[in-house]
Amino acid sequence: MKYIREFRDGKLARKLGKAIAQEADPGRRYNLMEFCGGHTHAIFRYGVQNLVPDNVEYVHGPGCPVCVLPVRRLDDAVELALRHDVILTTYGDMMRVPGTKQKSLIKAKAEGADIRMVYSTQDALKIARETPDREVIFFAIGFETTTPPTAVAILQAEAEGLANFSVFCNHVLTPPAIAHIVNAPAKPGEEAVRIDGFLGPSHVSSVIGWAPYEPAAHIFKKPVVIAGFEPLDVMQSTLMLIRQINDGRHEVENQYTRVVTRTGNQKAQALVGKVLELRETFEWRGLGSVPKSALKIRDAFAEFDAEKRFSLTPKQSREVKSCECPAILRGVKKPTDCKLFGTVCTPDNPMGACMVSSEGACAAYWSFGRKRSAGSAAAQGAAA
Amino acid sequence: MTKTQKRDGLLAGQVDMTHGGGGKATSDLIETLFYKHLSNPVLDQGHDAAVFDAPPGRLVMSTDAHVISPLFFPGGDIGSLSVHGTLNDIAMAGAKPLSLTASFILEEGFPLADLERIVISMAEAAQAAGVPVVSGDTKVVEKGKGDGVFITTTGIGVVSEAVEISPRAAVPGQAVLVSGPIGNHGVAILSKRENLEFETEIVSDSAALHTMVTDMVKAVPGIAVLRDPTRGGLATALNEIAHASAVGIELFEEDLPVDPDVEAACEILGLDPLYVANEGKLICICNAGDAETLLGIMHAHPSGRQAAVIGTVIGDPDHMVVMQTAFGGSRVVDWLSGEQLPRIC
Repeated sequence: MKYIREFRDGKLARKLGKAIAQEADPGRRYNLMEFCGGHTHAIFRYGVQNLVPDNVEYVHGPGCPVCVLPVRRLDDAVELALRHDVILTTYGDMMRVPGTKQKSLIKAKAEGADIRMVYSTQDALKIARETPDREVIFFAIGFETTTPPTAVAILQAEAEGLANFSVFCNHVLTPPAIAHIVNAPAKPGEEAVRIDGFLGPSHVSSVIGWAPYEPAAHIFKKPVVIAGFEPLDVMQSTLMLIRQINDGRHEVENQYTRVVTRTGNQKAQALVGKVLELRETFEWRGLGSVPKSALKIRDAFAEFDAEKRFSLTPKQSREVKSCECPAILRGVKKPTDCKLFGTVCTPDNPMGACMVSSEGACAAYWSFGRKRSAGSAAAQGAAA
Repeated sequence: MTKTQKRDGLLAGQVDMTHGGGGKATSDLIETLFYKHLSNPVLDQGHDAAVFDAPPGRLVMSTDAHVISPLFFPGGDIGSLSVHGTLNDIAMAGAKPLSLTASFILEEGFPLADLERIVISMAEAAQAAGVPVVSGDTKVVEKGKGDGVFITTTGIGVVSEAVEISPRAAVPGQAVLVSGPIGNHGVAILSKRENLEFETEIVSDSAALHTMVTDMVKAVPGIAVLRDPTRGGLATALNEIAHASAVGIELFEEDLPVDPDVEAACEILGLDPLYVANEGKLICICNAGDAETLLGIMHAHPSGRQAAVIGTVIGDPDHMVVMQTAFGGSRVVDWLSGEQLPRIC
């Protein structure tokens, strides 16, 4: 396929692998956090780790939208769907994420809740138009990439007078999360996160631009390279990061120049700013409460805010005991460090969100990476 | 029956509860629809059970339920699909299919003209395959208790004593072949789904494979495994084989046939063609020395023009399917978890 194959070219990959091997200092380690689940997916799906030296390691970051949603917000969504007789619309990945006592939206659906998977906010609006006698809630999750469509949906609903449409807003922001990861003190019993540099978000940056990462890069002295989601993007960005680390630089560089600019998509930013505003604080799974890291619906659009429209009961939400999702999301642990990984927790029976989405570190590890750790003849042959 | 016919010659009106009641209305529906289009000497006997002679050899039997949505899709409909589905299941034992039965669960209110279109399509598929529908049944459920039409077909076939095709028969060193590009059926269905419509020329690959299989088995009776990779796609079928045969399978991404349109649609929808359903493709596992012969036979058949060798069977205590990526890395090709696309067949 044109314009896709070029970014998955095996010959170029080997060339880049060689350049990385030449420039990486064998006397040190390079711990590179790929922020986004899209990067994680590309690294595993194409076997990128096989093509870089052993001392260059990818640490999987928290940029998987369903993974960072705290259990309580999911429990709230389940309650909205079950108790309020609404049509709850959601992106597909969210369906299987387990909440408290493993209750997921797909289980709530089996109990009779009307939960529908949609591919865009436009589908949710369409359902609202076609069923005017039912309340339709869009369960909005995701980073800055998915935020503009939510803002547009609210503006459309207002313009059309769609009184039965509302949004359960859970949008989160990337730059505060990056700052939090490098700045957070280690938890008791955990080693501090040792990150030497970041493969920065790609599609998020197409919206917000690359300038918002500059404060974190400068204050914490960590290089950031905005990296595309194709495997060659990841490899080229890896080389750029290694060069910065070797030079002692800590700049924000942009590898994904075919999409990302310094200031991003200002029209989209303006739409988001019109409808949504910063929350004082928001809980992230794995990171805990992060100040000014999420968005809520402005009071001017309160009628479209599901949190204001429906009463939600306070909950004692709990994750599965010994699920290591939180530590994995901070990059402190690997999926294989988790006792549940591959035993009770598999993609068919996920205990934590990281095992659900194909962008989650555990699911990627399980689906694409197991063989490497198992050390089979086939995989060793490929790695050699 | 002119008063119940529309101008285009198809039946007018809707299915109602009397059509499944077993009385006159049921009998009329059977006469004007099923007997009319599916007529053959065995069905025309009018028995509840079809009576026919048993041929020499071992008998093969299979059944398949079809609940696809939408009922009509580019490249076929539930009628032709329900014929192809069961014929292919019989063929994957290396057998020649002989007869089919069909049972219909109809939803009250379903347009009779659509039902007739489906039955005509079924009759054409059976005719083209040379396999008659010899018995059937019809039931009607209340509106809201079904989704238009569900069709279950059962087939019976015969296989020679010399053929021992089984999912457990793969051994290390054998070659893995696929009869053509993967993922077309699933993407064609998706392109017509209500919440996902997109413009494409992609049509389902729905087809009966038994004539190609007859040619293959004739040339190489020692084929180890045949499997049609339907729900769950190629990846799931290969995992089933690896598990059943207690072997590993290594694929080469560069050799996998995927149509550019399918690749593009999958890219946009976030799907992996390895997991997308097919309805007219087969996987063949055979001794490496037979691969070229079988490839030649498949290439000579309309259903196998783009057949390719895509991998080899390897020894692996973990019974995994792995793939050497075109990018130069390797990855595990796991079972499908959950459901990628519901109601695809």
